[in-house]
Formats: sequence, C-alpha cells, structure tokens
Amino acid sequence: MNTTRNVVIVGASVAGLTTAVTLRTLGYDGRLTLIGDEPHTPYDRPPLSKQILAGTWEPDRITLRTDEELSALDAELLFGRSATGLDIAAGRVLLDGGDSVSYGSLVIATGVNPCRLPGTDLAGVHLLRTLDDALALRAALLRGPKVAVVGAGFLGAEAAAAARGMGLDVTLIDPRPVPMRRQFGDRVGALVGQLHQDHGVSVRCGTGVNQFLEIDGRVTGLELTDGIKLDADLVVVAVGAAPATGWLRGSGLLLTNGVECDATCRAAPGVYAAGDVASWHNSHFDAPMRLEHRLNATEQAQAVARNLLGEELPFAPVPYFWTDQYDARIQAYGVFPADADLAVLHGELENRRFVAAYGHRGRVVGVLGWNCPRELRKLRQLVVDRAPWSSIGAQECLTAAW
Amino acid sequence: MRVTLHQDKCVASGQCVLAAQDVFDQRDEDGVAVLLDDNPPAEAHDDVRHAAAVCPALAITLAES
Ligand SMILES: Cc1cc2nc3c(=O)[nH]c(=O)nc-3n(C[C@H](O)[C@H](O)[C@H](O)COP(=O)(O)OP(=O)(O)OC[C@H]3O[C@@H](n4cnc5c(N)ncnc54)[C@H](O)[C@@H]3O)c2cc1C
Ligand code: SF4
Repeated sequence: MNTTRNVVIVGASVAGLTTAVTLRTLGYDGRLTLIGDEPHTPYDRPPLSKQILAGTWEPDRITLRTDEELSALDAELLFGRSATGLDIAAGRVLLDGGDSVSYGSLVIATGVNPCRLPGTDLAGVHLLRTLDDALALRAALLRGPKVAVVGAGFLGAEAAAAARGMGLDVTLIDPRPVPMRRQFGDRVGALVGQLHQDHGVSVRCGTGVNQFLEIDGRVTGLELTDGIKLDADLVVVAVGAAPATGWLRGSGLLLTNGVECDATCRAAPGVYAAGDVASWHNSHFDAPMRLEHRLNATEQAQAVARNLLGEELPFAPVPYFWTDQYDARIQAYGVFPADADLAVLHGELENRRFVAAYGHRGRVVGVLGWNCPRELRKLRQLVVDRAPWSSIGAQECLTAAW
Repeated sequence: MRVTLHQDKCVASGQCVLAAQDVFDQRDEDGVAVLLDDNPPAEAHDDVRHAAAVCPALAITLAES
C-alpha cells in the first residue's frame, strides 16, 4: 500500500475531478489539492458542441459536481490558478503568481489545447474547447453569419450540424477526402459527408485552407488550396488539439505525445497522468494510446486513483466514443487503425442504421454503430474477446475500406 | 439505495447496462437507458455505484440509505 498522505491533482475537469472523487470513495483520507485554471465550477465538455451550441441547455446543466459534492470532497480547491512548472526532485508544483504546492503524489490531468492556424487571432474566428468558447460561438451564430468550419473531425462536424440547425449557410472544409476519416476511415467518413450534404451543408473535403481573408482584423473569408475564395463572416477552427504539457517542459518527464506513462498510467515514481493528456500502453491492444474521449477520462482517472493507492494494475480498457450530428448518433468501441478491414454486422450502411466491425491483423479491433445503440453494445464483446476476423460471419465484407 | 435516472441527459452509451444489467436496460429505438429497479437489492449496490460513477453523461444519481 502506498502511504502517500498528500495528493495534488493538476487539471480540474472530468479526469482531475474523477481522480479526486475516486480517491475519497476508496477511503483515502489524506490531504487532497485540486488545481484548475478555469474560473468556472468544473463542467462537462461534450454538451458544449451539442446542447449548449444549439441553445437547448443552459450552462448550469453541465456542471460536473454540485457545490455540496465539491465541498464533501474535503479538498483544497485552487480554481482559477495555473500550474506553471514542476520540480520533481523537490516534489513541488509551481503556480502562477510565484507560489508553489508540495506533493507526495501528483496526478496530471491538464487535457489538451485546441490547435490554431495562422488567422485564428482575427475577429470572427472561433475555437471550441471551453464553456466560454461555446457561449461566444453561440452568441455569434445568433447574429446570422455565413459560416465556414475548418476541420471535419467530430468537433467540426458537430459545430457544422449545430450551425445548420440554426438555419445558417455552412461550409465544412477539410484537406482529407471525407469527414472523420482519421477516426473511422473512408467508408464511414463518406456517410458522414453525405449526412451533412443531405442537411444542406456545403462539404468541401479534399481542400485545405491557403489563407484567411480579412478586412481591418476581421475575417471576411477563406482562400482554399484549390484557389476558390469563400465568403465567411464566422470561421470555426477545429483542426485537432495538442496535449497541455507546456507547464511540464524541463521537468524531466517524457512528453512525446502527451505525458508518456507505463501500462499503469505512471509517468515517474509518484507521478500519474489521466485523461486527454495521458499517453500509456494499452495492453489489451498491445499498443501505445492517447485518447480524447469522455469515457476514457473517467475510466483512466479511476484507474489512476486505484494505482496511486497501491493497486498497480495495467489500465487496459476497450475505448468508447460517441458523436451526435443531426439525428445521427455514431458510437464506437475499440480502435480503428488506418489499414483496417470493415464488415457490416447489422443493418445497412446506406440506410445509416448499422453496426460495422473493423478488423486488423486477423482480429476484431473495433465496432462502430450508427443509430444502433443496443445492437452495438452487444457486439462490443467481439472487441473484448479480440474475436478472430474469420469468425464473425459477416454479411458483407469490404476489404480496403480505407 | 434509491436510483434516479435522468433520461434527458443520457447519451445511450450503454455503460450502465454493462455494469448492472439487472437494474438498467436500453430502449430499443434510441438506446436511452431505462431503469428496471429503482430500489435494487444490496448485492447489486456495488455494480450500481460503478454504473453511476462511469456514466459519461452523469445521468444516474444515487441516494444511499
Ligand atoms: C466541445 C467538445 C465536445 C466533445 N464531445 C465529445 C463526445 O461527444 N464524445 C466523447 O467521447 N468525447 C467528447 N469530447 C472529449 C471530452 O470532452 C474529453 O475527452 C474530456 O473533456 C477530457 O477530460 P480531461 O479532464 O482529460 O481534459 P479537459 O476536459 O481538457 O480538462 C483539463 C483541464 O485542465 C485545465 N488545465 C490545463 N492546463 C492547466 C494548468 N497548467 N494548470 C491548471 N489547470 C490546467 C484546463 O483548463 C481544463 O480545465 C468533447 C470535447 C469537446 C471540447
Ligand atoms: S451509462 Fe449513462 S449515458 Fe450511458 S446509457 Fe446509461 S444512463 Fe445513459
């Protein structure tokens, strides 16, 4: 049993808070400090690009814990404070303003920051990561602008759907040939593109952005790589995110793709990482992994709390991710390597109601459901079992799906 | 233990059913969770606590008696 009596957690969103809650649930009664740089009571992010953008939920619906639950944690809550450095030899986290906090065990849960493009600083250009970002974007959309979304990953696709839901003129741009290709490949990506087209979005996949056009510091449009100039009063930049590890530079921790950890999510003796910022070896897939998924932030934080208290077991989950766009709910268990095969197990791709399996090196490594939550849940077992690809009895086998 | 399920928050992830299938199920049409037993027996409590802790939409709340 680890005898730590002084746990400090940096990052007070879902991964950080879940670590704190789990530690207390497991009976840890030592000192607990939670440091987060956002001024708000911790809140959940998935609704930001869905109900908050659409205006169907007020922000108070997305708080992760009530004030009573937060105070029941019996933790020192340093909200609105940033960690600026880490001194591992001294066991100290440095804070903005020059003071510091010492720790016996440290949990890093600082998530990711959205990537920027040259032009992101122009008025009328929006990023989408925080509650303030979502509220600012919602307010700007209400003015009825012509919208361009740069990046057709899940975030850009959800933002485009929300803007179309408000009846706006929307263009979705991505250099890859179809939306969400990096997540799910060409076949399913093409269906996402079709979904957006059917809802009236102008989908320009296969073209990048050459430059942002502006007048007096305000965006007026985009020049695309195919030479076309597109008018836009509002541009959403959703081109991925990078682990928030700037404050850890020089600490000695390995920061190749986020905080590099072993299979138990430990980065160094007494130092752990959880959530979007953490890269670890997932022994179920025998592969390095860093996930930007809501459920993973919870599950990894729970594993870190247990391991910090001495369990020291590998964290080997089957990842789960979902996205909502219009009336489509796409859900996925497992991993989706770029050279995977695809087989439809239930329903039909064209009807946009199906479950598909992804096969890699002779095993089922992922299952994806489109408006089929119950069937998908049952077929998840194939990924848990790493079922042989030859055994799944596919109705339709599509090789070279990518 | 009293279980409350907030269906308006549920994102149909099915995690609660994986954790405690005697207490939760999912609707056929949209996968939204349904509560089978709002006062589960003691032997199910750990599983239900796990379901509430893992739900990615924070749609399950528990009142422990
Ligand atoms: C708009 C949006 C929609 C999403 N939708 C989905 C979805 O539909 N499905 C899904 O599976 N996932 C979704 N996700 C992803 C999911 O929200 C993330 O995986 C999850 O929030 C990760 O939690 P985290 O605690 O690891 O990181 P974060 O939520 O990023 O939290 C990290 C916290 O640390 C703080 N921080 C950073 N640096 C410092 C520092 N130096 N000092 C102090 N504090 C610091 C940050 O401000 C932040 O509050 C979505 C994400 C976004 C942004
Ligand atoms: S775990 Fe939560 S989100 Fe998932 S089906 Fe159950 S109640 Fe709904």
